[in-house]
Amino acid sequence: MKKVPNNTTDDVLAPSPVPFLRDPAKRAIVFQVVALLLVAFVSYYLYSNTQANLERQSIATGFGFLDKEASFEIGESVIEYSAADSYADALLVGALNTLKVSFIGVLFTIILGTVIGVARLSSNWLVAKLAGGYIEVMQNIPVLLQLFFWYAIFYESFPSPRQALNPFNGVFLCNRGLIFGVPESHAAHGAMLWAFVAALAIGWFLNRWGKQRQAQTGQIFPSIRVTLALSIILPLLVWAFAGAPTAMDIPELRGFNFRGGVTVSPEFSALLLGLVFYTAAFVAEIVRAGIQSVGHGQVEAAKAVGLRSGQVLHLVILPQALRVIIPPLTSQMLNLTKNSSLAIAIGYADFVAVTNTTINQTGQAIEGVALIMLIYLFFSLSTSLFMNWYNKKMALVER
Amino acid sequence: MNENNAQAAAETTDTPIIEVNSMHKWYGDFHVLSDINLQVKEKERIVICGPSGSGKSTLIRCINRLEEHQRGQIIVNGTELTNDIKNIEKVRAEVGMVFQHFNLFPHLTIVENLTLGPIWVRKTPKKEAEEMAMAYLEKVHIAEQAEKFPGQLSGGQQQRVAIARSLCMKPKVMLFDEPTSALDPEMIKEVLDVMIDLAEEGMTMLVVTHEMGFAKSVADRVMFMDEGQVVEENNPNDFFDNPQHERTKLFLSQIL
Amino acid sequence: MSAPNTAPTREYLKPPVTEVGVIGWLHGNLFNTWYNSLLTIVFAVILWQVVPPFFSWAFVDSVWNGPSEACRDIDGACWSIIPQNISFIIFGFFPEGEHWRPGSAMLILLGLVFFSKSSKHWKKSLGFYWLIGLIVMGTLMYGGVFGMPVVETAQWSGLPLTFMLSFFGMVAAYPLGVMLALGRQSKMPAIKTLCVVYIEMIRGVPLISLLFMSSILFPLFLPEGVTFDKVLRAQVAIILFTAAYIAEVVRGGLQAMSRGQFEAADSLGLNYNQTMRLIILPQALKIVIPPTVGILLSAFKDTSLVVIIALYDVLKTTKVTLSNPKWTGYSTEAYIFLAVLYFICCYAMSSYSRKLEKTLHTGR
Repeated sequence: MKKVPNNTTDDVLAPSPVPFLRDPAKRAIVFQVVALLLVAFVSYYLYSNTQANLERQSIATGFGFLDKEASFEIGESVIEYSAADSYADALLVGALNTLKVSFIGVLFTIILGTVIGVARLSSNWLVAKLAGGYIEVMQNIPVLLQLFFWYAIFYESFPSPRQALNPFNGVFLCNRGLIFGVPESHAAHGAMLWAFVAALAIGWFLNRWGKQRQAQTGQIFPSIRVTLALSIILPLLVWAFAGAPTAMDIPELRGFNFRGGVTVSPEFSALLLGLVFYTAAFVAEIVRAGIQSVGHGQVEAAKAVGLRSGQVLHLVILPQALRVIIPPLTSQMLNLTKNSSLAIAIGYADFVAVTNTTINQTGQAIEGVALIMLIYLFFSLSTSLFMNWYNKKMALVER
Repeated sequence: MNENNAQAAAETTDTPIIEVNSMHKWYGDFHVLSDINLQVKEKERIVICGPSGSGKSTLIRCINRLEEHQRGQIIVNGTELTNDIKNIEKVRAEVGMVFQHFNLFPHLTIVENLTLGPIWVRKTPKKEAEEMAMAYLEKVHIAEQAEKFPGQLSGGQQQRVAIARSLCMKPKVMLFDEPTSALDPEMIKEVLDVMIDLAEEGMTMLVVTHEMGFAKSVADRVMFMDEGQVVEENNPNDFFDNPQHERTKLFLSQIL
Repeated sequence: MSAPNTAPTREYLKPPVTEVGVIGWLHGNLFNTWYNSLLTIVFAVILWQVVPPFFSWAFVDSVWNGPSEACRDIDGACWSIIPQNISFIIFGFFPEGEHWRPGSAMLILLGLVFFSKSSKHWKKSLGFYWLIGLIVMGTLMYGGVFGMPVVETAQWSGLPLTFMLSFFGMVAAYPLGVMLALGRQSKMPAIKTLCVVYIEMIRGVPLISLLFMSSILFPLFLPEGVTFDKVLRAQVAIILFTAAYIAEVVRGGLQAMSRGQFEAADSLGLNYNQTMRLIILPQALKIVIPPTVGILLSAFKDTSLVVIIALYDVLKTTKVTLSNPKWTGYSTEAYIFLAVLYFICCYAMSSYSRKLEKTLHTGR
């Protein structure tokens, strides 16, 4: 024990040295070094085994195969593709297919899930019970089973093209899918799309201006209605201006199949329907929990102040409910994207399915599986980043 | 009461049981404790008071290494507190702590809360530990609650259990971090009574509190801290009747 | 001034007819606004259109047992696909005479599950019962002792495989998940990074990619000549996958622990192991029992994915039955049967989890 001398100097004030192994900081370092060495050793072991096995089976390594010719067809594709294109192109087609089913799936799921979630809270006993039953049943049956079920419906219940169901003019339903007519491709369509985007942009600016005016004069500007009207009127104007083209590309039965129009394949439909119905059940619960999280007292206070129902929803309920809804909702959307990988089981050419074929043909399993994991990791991590940003932005300020 | 204290103080040895020399502590850039010098003799009772944010809780938490000091020395019962794990464990076995929010273990019964430390740290056999636990529960007048869970007890009862829990480790020093601040007014007395009993039996105590009645009747010294420094330190009579510094006078006028 | 016994009596009137009884309920719940009345009528019509035809398809015109030929000409459901093939659907390729073994293994599992439901049994001994139970089940399935012929894991299929992959996967993944969660909370940067990387990577990819990895890549990772069979590979993949999700759930429990508990344990002098084992984990793990049961539920549903790597769980055995030309075309009936089977198991688990959440909440 040291006695403190009268004129203190700095070195007396510093803590006395500690034996190496009894210092928590040093122990932590030793522990970590050991752990890292262990991981490194195991990795090296796996790596050297893999090298040996690959050589033995004369499997190539590296991503050179991406430039080679794919020599397999893909059932459906968003872009032009043929068997003569490279593996890289084939993988791109698969990725685009995954994105296609994911985007459309997310859109429909949010709509359906919200409707069912709200219905679950309805004061109508029948509606509430039906919604509740839907949620219970769909959540407790594996999604793969649901996919098989929808696929079986398409293949077993729908007739062949020659006897296709024809509910409306130009719309056909058969075991090749849903086929319907679309307006024939025309230059005006691009312009109409731009007009739509322009309408949204104008609407956004109008909204900002309207808010400023409200702050100063108190007058409320109906931004939503105006934007809605603009987004319909402007493209229509463009269409009229371009000569009002009405030519349609109608499917016709030639031989054993339809030509023309747009075909939505049974694989895509089954995947979409299965994913949407399954995930919507989970989204419905999330929406219900979000709405219920807003205390009833809030609604009463808002109404007591004189706000109308629409305003109560917009100003009091939604901001609070969304805060609770959005985080689990994003993880469900991510789940939907991950579940789309089950496409391989029903023959839809998503990224996993295409990569699987690639692996079978080139034998390069490591690169293939790595690619699959990388692409889904990319989706997940970008979603996580978005979630973190969103949570920080929306966090309630607390003491 | 104070004559007893003076007599008792004269009988103890001169080696302080706690020595704090030129201690400084920073939280990041914030200098929370500045040049603290403190000597606590055995059987001494010290009350530390001050406005919130003055660093008084931080000070006593440094003494059992719940917080680390960056400069200076803290020596408890002959052991210097550094990063050395063995020293830290030695000190913690000798120092008991009672928290503002009790911190009882909710998943264990009262008796199990008390026997946990002796069984796992002092390696006491279970039966012996339980007998000791019951004895201490008797001491804090709560033996009938032995098989209950903390959640079933009131705040005052929980704090008394917390005191008994620390006592089971047979500490040389007891630290109290605002022990009654989280209690409803009618329960404060029962806890203070236990603390007074402890003091009369000769336990060395450092108590951070706003209970000035307790300070007046039990303390040997009262310390006033403000903005990380010890502003004034005196025996209770002189402290309350004759405060020397402006800040002390201001504080006393606000709470008395 | 009125005399006491001429005080006006209160007249007890009857409430209007529309407020009570059946009519009252209908009025309050189905027809209370014009909007609700409209919805009720619309849905009632839809139900009227859908339910009776389904009912007659499923129950009235259906055939319940018998050879496949009897199903050819009927309008209703051909449920006979189930009883005729039940042995294969449930037990898969397990040898015919030995079906009592997976059967009893499943009964033991169900017994353990029901035993674990009541909170009276949540003691240390529960872990031992499960361990012994799993060993007994494994022995029953594999055989080789007590005169039972050996049945290789490659032949384990059907419902026992589904149960084994999910429950055994869960039991093995749990300790791994807890360690990962503790590692993620650690202040040591290397440990924390390793755990975070593992957890985020596994949670970011679909289970199918891990199953692919296990069936295609594991053979490459092992030295020449060492193989291990497909079922075990899939089991390892499921364990690795589930552990990451358990880690996140346990992390939530750890974060819910107040700092005061750690400090109280510290000031008593307990070291890290003792603090975690005696104080923190018992409380944290109890808090997160409901979401943990949810993970078990997902694991159970996810075992169906092993279809894709050609393992014969109960979904695959059903598909194989359907590919038999005698029974092709009756997938609706077969899938409905499976759906009911899964639904019963999963609904039991999820309603138990909800019940637990309520009791644990009120107990706090």
